[in-house]
Amino acid sequence: MTEPTESTNKVAPRKDSTSIVKKTLAKRYAAEKRFRFYGAAAIAMSLAFLVLLLGSILVKGLPAFVETHMLIDVTLDSKTLGVEEGATQQQLKAANYHSLIKKSMRGMFPEVKKRKAKKELYKLVSTSAEYKVRDQLMANPSQLGETISVWVLADDELSSFYKTGALADRSKLTHTRLSEQQIAWASTLEEQGKLRKKFNTTFFKNGDSREPEQAGIRAALMGSILTLLITFLLSFPIAVATAIYLEEFAPQNRWTDLIEVNINNLAAVPSIVFGLLGLAVFINFFELPRSAPVVGGIVLSLMTLPTIIIASRAALKAVPPSIREAGRGLGASQLQVVTHHVLPLAMPGILTGTIIGLAQALGETAPLLMIGMVAFIVDIPTSVTDAATVLPVQVFLWADSPERAFLEKTSAAILVLLVFLIVMNAAAVFLRKHFERRW
Amino acid sequence: MTKRITLASSLLISLSLSAPAFARDYISIVGSSTVYPFATVVAERFGKVSNFNTPKIEATGSGGGLKLFCSGVGVDTPDITNSSRRIKYSEYSQCLENGVTNIVEVLIGFDGIAVANSIESDQYVLTTKDLYLALAKQVPNPDGSETLVENPYLTWSQINPELPANKIEVLGPPPTSGTRDAFVELAMDGGCKQIPFIKALEKQERKAVCHTMREDGAYVEAGENDNLIVQKLVANPNALGIFGFSFLEQNDDLVQSSIIDGYEAEFDTIADGDYSISRPLYFYAKAQHIGTVPGIKEYLTEFTSEQAWGEDGYLADKGMIPLDEETRESAGELARSLAPLKMTDSE
Repeated sequence: MTEPTESTNKVAPRKDSTSIVKKTLAKRYAAEKRFRFYGAAAIAMSLAFLVLLLGSILVKGLPAFVETHMLIDVTLDSKTLGVEEGATQQQLKAANYHSLIKKSMRGMFPEVKKRKAKKELYKLVSTSAEYKVRDQLMANPSQLGETISVWVLADDELSSFYKTGALADRSKLTHTRLSEQQIAWASTLEEQGKLRKKFNTTFFKNGDSREPEQAGIRAALMGSILTLLITFLLSFPIAVATAIYLEEFAPQNRWTDLIEVNINNLAAVPSIVFGLLGLAVFINFFELPRSAPVVGGIVLSLMTLPTIIIASRAALKAVPPSIREAGRGLGASQLQVVTHHVLPLAMPGILTGTIIGLAQALGETAPLLMIGMVAFIVDIPTSVTDAATVLPVQVFLWADSPERAFLEKTSAAILVLLVFLIVMNAAAVFLRKHFERRW
Repeated sequence: MTKRITLASSLLISLSLSAPAFARDYISIVGSSTVYPFATVVAERFGKVSNFNTPKIEATGSGGGLKLFCSGVGVDTPDITNSSRRIKYSEYSQCLENGVTNIVEVLIGFDGIAVANSIESDQYVLTTKDLYLALAKQVPNPDGSETLVENPYLTWSQINPELPANKIEVLGPPPTSGTRDAFVELAMDGGCKQIPFIKALEKQERKAVCHTMREDGAYVEAGENDNLIVQKLVANPNALGIFGFSFLEQNDDLVQSSIIDGYEAEFDTIADGDYSISRPLYFYAKAQHIGTVPGIKEYLTEFTSEQAWGEDGYLADKGMIPLDEETRESAGELARSLAPLKMTDSE
């Protein structure tokens, strides 16, 4: 800092210094302007990428929140079903609904006679129609023999086609796997008012499925919640206790230095390593169940611990020493100073660190691969020992499916994941406000 | 507050660690990612129709699945593993060593590997020999001498004058993929063996020549995701792509199969064995778990039922090529009777 003034003094006489300043002034202003422009450009570029990313996900994902229903008349005749009047629930469950749905599809288009054409016709309706009719009959066994009208899901191909509005204007969709005949049938159904679009509740009610129209996010969402719950319950108290001890109580010596270096190192270890550890220790040695959120939670908390510890230590360090000194001056013990004053003041920072750690855990797939959480899960997990999968894994599995309707499901799952993240961050902001204290 | 959470979580850890192996009320399935899309359909249906829970299916790859499967008996090991090849004798003896003595083998169908391009351009008519010459790292010298040279071919017409003069550009899976293994085994090896002097080579040497793909950019490793390959083919009409038959079927409005050795990849040609690039699919069930884990027997029955693996079954709708009726009957019989697999070293 002092050097330039010295050299200015040497080189130029005093009266010229203003002119030198004036000469370089424009240059310095320009440099500052350039710097500001670079900064603004960097922000604009990252914003543009964000908009591009979110925009493409939104455009692809939004159709997934709409589903197509079809109205069919089903005659619940006992001959096709193969059950008698007064059948038990078990018999009703095992009845032949497959033929029943086929029959009612034929009933709507009686002119269809050829085998191949019939097969194409059956393809318009989702296989979930069978389950829907079954559940209805099991709830009201007295309906046996009656004809009922039910809204059932349309097949994914028809749904994708119908949702774009291509039925009225073919130019909207250039590629479809529907045949001309199937499109003609769909038009007839549309004219009769037997097709309708609705908000996709199936997506939020069901677990995974191999039929795109029946696939839902519920199982993965529950899996993510259960896994993160375990992660939070384990990592938060351990990390905060570690941080407090290291920051407030531990003596400064070679051992604490070693521990500190190791914690910082652990934060940079690739996450798959934690997965291998989880497989070797928790599954093979402690014999915890494979694919369970409990193991996933433990593995992810190992991964997030260093992040939370480092953030918590920084937050504790940021509390002014005068607070501690004042507390001690009034006769508080070291523990009282920490729990009554330092910790509450550091809490906002600690919570932010925890949320960052958990958000990282939420998006992790690699360690879960090793412990079997990359799996096809239909049943919604209800406890931490049930088989489960998590949101990012669901995204990965759907992206890899041959059926094209899974493309929109993939984007929709990403949207759900993003909403989950926003909720988590909002909770962090709320908690931070709640804990914030002024001194 | 912190104290209470610490207490609760330490309680939770000690609880979960002290608990014995958990009883399992669902079937655990691992194995091939090729069989995964078919097994999941059966599992889902099984869960909805039967009184049992839906089986859990992990795609670990055939080798990884068999390793887990053969690691022992007990609820912490999988009950069933899917495989896109037959179990090897080494794996079988590994199973026996770990006490897995009662394995039921079920041949379920075939999977074809398609070589396809965009529907916008002309269909390719290829032989497996053309594929070998286009994609191998080393090929016979074009001057006719019986020596091997680095692959000199840049366009298809250099290999066979009847082919278009397009640049050779083939998008396919990376070496970690089972589809790649199968493609190399069936198409590359098949084409390679048609050249007499290579066929006469030592087995190891021949394998090195036939199984090594070129790395000069003509063969592009496009990742494990077959959907991505289809999208790239649509964007680049001159390129060919290699992927599973079910992806060809789901995208038949965008891509078309090439004709290989006179046959297109179609349902019937694969089922009849005319289309040369196809492989058998299996699954292996641990009969010792029947009675411990509920539903295994019923799952076998569902999988081998005509409405699942039959010619008009729902697996065929998903792109699996069914066995012929006779094989289906005998394989189904074998599966339902839970006949244990016996293997000898020679197999």
